[in-house]
Amino acid sequence: MSVTPVLEARDLTKHFPVHGARRPALRRPPGRAAGAGRVVHAVDEVSLALASGSATAVVGESGSGKSTLARMLAGLIRPTSGELLLDGARLAGQTGRGYARQVQMVLQDPFSSLNPVHDVRYHLARPLLVHKLAGADRLDEEICGLLERVALTPGDAYLRKFPHELSGGQRQRVAIARALAVRPRVLLADEPVSMLDVSIRLGVLNLLGDLRDREHLAVLYITHDIASARYLADHIMVMYAGHVVEAGPAVQVTDEPAHPYTQLLLSAAPDPERGQRESLRGRGAPPSQVAPPPGCRFHPRCPHAMAVCAERRPPTFPAGPGHLSACWLLDPARSKPELADSTSGQGEET
Amino acid sequence: MSAPLPAAPLPAAPLPGASLPGARRRGAGPAADRPLLDIRGLCVDYGIGPDAVHAVVDASLMLHAGEVLGLAGESGSGKSTLVLAATRLLRDPGVITAGQVRFNLGDGQSLDLLDAEEPQLRVLRWSQISLVLQSAMNALNPVLTIRAQLTDVIAAHQPQLSRKSRRARAGELLEMVGISADRLGSHPHELSGGMRQRVMIAMALALQPQVVVMDEPTTALDVVTQREILQELSDLRDRLGFAILFITHDLSLLIEIADSIAVMYAGKLVERASAAALFSAPRHPYTLGLLNSFPSLHGPRRPMAGIQGSPPDLRALPSGCVFHPRCGYAMDKCATQVPPLERPGGGNGRLVACWLQHDGQPPPELAAPELAASELAASELAQSPGPTAPGPAEPRLAAPELTGGPQ
Repeated sequence: MSVTPVLEARDLTKHFPVHGARRPALRRPPGRAAGAGRVVHAVDEVSLALASGSATAVVGESGSGKSTLARMLAGLIRPTSGELLLDGARLAGQTGRGYARQVQMVLQDPFSSLNPVHDVRYHLARPLLVHKLAGADRLDEEICGLLERVALTPGDAYLRKFPHELSGGQRQRVAIARALAVRPRVLLADEPVSMLDVSIRLGVLNLLGDLRDREHLAVLYITHDIASARYLADHIMVMYAGHVVEAGPAVQVTDEPAHPYTQLLLSAAPDPERGQRESLRGRGAPPSQVAPPPGCRFHPRCPHAMAVCAERRPPTFPAGPGHLSACWLLDPARSKPELADSTSGQGEET
Repeated sequence: MSAPLPAAPLPAAPLPGASLPGARRRGAGPAADRPLLDIRGLCVDYGIGPDAVHAVVDASLMLHAGEVLGLAGESGSGKSTLVLAATRLLRDPGVITAGQVRFNLGDGQSLDLLDAEEPQLRVLRWSQISLVLQSAMNALNPVLTIRAQLTDVIAAHQPQLSRKSRRARAGELLEMVGISADRLGSHPHELSGGMRQRVMIAMALALQPQVVVMDEPTTALDVVTQREILQELSDLRDRLGFAILFITHDLSLLIEIADSIAVMYAGKLVERASAAALFSAPRHPYTLGLLNSFPSLHGPRRPMAGIQGSPPDLRALPSGCVFHPRCGYAMDKCATQVPPLERPGGGNGRLVACWLQHDGQPPPELAAPELAASELAASELAQSPGPTAPGPAEPRLAAPELTGGPQ
């Protein structure tokens, strides 16, 4: 890609220290910190690029590190290592107000992300005033404009509403409007529809799609629902236990999944069109992230695991145009009888 | 205890392969035998007087032995209220104002659960009808071991069993849901979310009930865990022959696992049909809208609209058909008259509450050809449990132009 992405992350890593809850400070060996160096490997060396006018989905189960990644991208937590680039320029540590004007976040639960004692006008006036984007005279006008951008029309009917007077979908739209107030170029949406009723989820997803198309926002859509990722996003990135295991164009990743974990996710997703019952490809649960398995973190659950998988972390191999997968099965150096099977995506091993 | 029940002798321990009386008979057609649970005209209010909220209005459902009946609806549609009322577990502001819930005791006898005295209910509860709730963390007692919680229910209902055999049975139950019996000594916090939910299922099956009510049992779990549990559940159902009343908001999941599905909206049943028929030929605009709310994993991506507007406030329901303000097909009549839940022309045991199907001209997407009875039977035989979507390979038509207005 020749175009510089708006926001780029290179080898972002976040390790959270484990506090030695079971060992009181007095009984700890002197000079050792709580947890004694043990860390939760929440995100390990994740790179991604968000281009304007495109939507990228991060898909994974709970604990895969997808929300930690979003919080690092939003500047809410500092990465342990790795760097963020805004318009190709490295950020020097601090992510302050200037960064917040470029990158905004929408949280999962609109029932708790809006303050129940304040009305819609207050929520939307705050960012405008804090960032000095509107004077007191033009405030209401600006706010109505924002509400109309998220399809809450007419805007002034909503100004004096309190969160409890709004439905879940309307609340999430207000939360999105609040994020749009500073005219950001990147919108990070962390499970924006999972708390909403089924019938209104698509409305909010379509809104995110519209913002991408009409206003050329770079959208990061974090979800556990791979079908909705396929619907909204241009690119899908699949995370497992803090690693990116597969990334590529949305339709290609879901139609021809190259990584066994993606295949497992797809076989588990509800799908009324599935002809017959498909057996799950792999069992078990995600590993402990305090002591993650060596090599590929998926290998203990992987139906195709080989000796090399337990020894070395797989690098990314190309699996198609613009499609990468971190799996030794795709190693070109390997003689490959199973490879054809595993990329064709249908019924081999169960 | 003066339970005038013909106390169905409960088989003590043998589990696998035990053939229960009235065990499931698939393919024989649901109307072949008397329903196990027959809910008729159930109405539930929250509060009394003019301010009462009508949470469930005139709901009728039938659950047959061995069947998986899915109850789909959004939050606030009354699906949980319906089963809580039907099992007499409804808490206080809830008032059952009308209806009958006949539970088939076998031998041609039945009991109206709504009239039953507390001692009668105590005998039936858990031994015949058990419940799995969404949040296993809240349903399990955090300070007791799994063993204590599993043996508790056995001790209460089968006091003749010795302590040793109770413990053996608890281990057996745990193995049955795929957890090693040496986890019996664990406390709930030592188990993962999926394992806790499995413990709940083991507990619900402890007395080999005929009916297991599952209220969003997998909603809080990851997809892979959800799928594992659903597969285990259907294997257990095949082995033990209990019927499941499965409540969820996820219609796409329900189509895969249920035999028949009832869709609720704002306290009313709007459509009831076999899972395959509901998926291939929805008759109610709300069902169509729900089906169009789940993006597909296959084929070209196409824009979908979901359903405009948002679910109504139960305190101020719209007049006429409760769905008409959100309906893309609404006619004048819909705003004033309540459509009855009736059988549309040519339906196979299908019921739908929509004027379009009565005297309107249903648009093509709501008038897809019904599966022929033979096809339906074939598909029901074949679906185990994921029904094929047989017949029309044509994908569902897109939703009508719904102007994506404010939610």
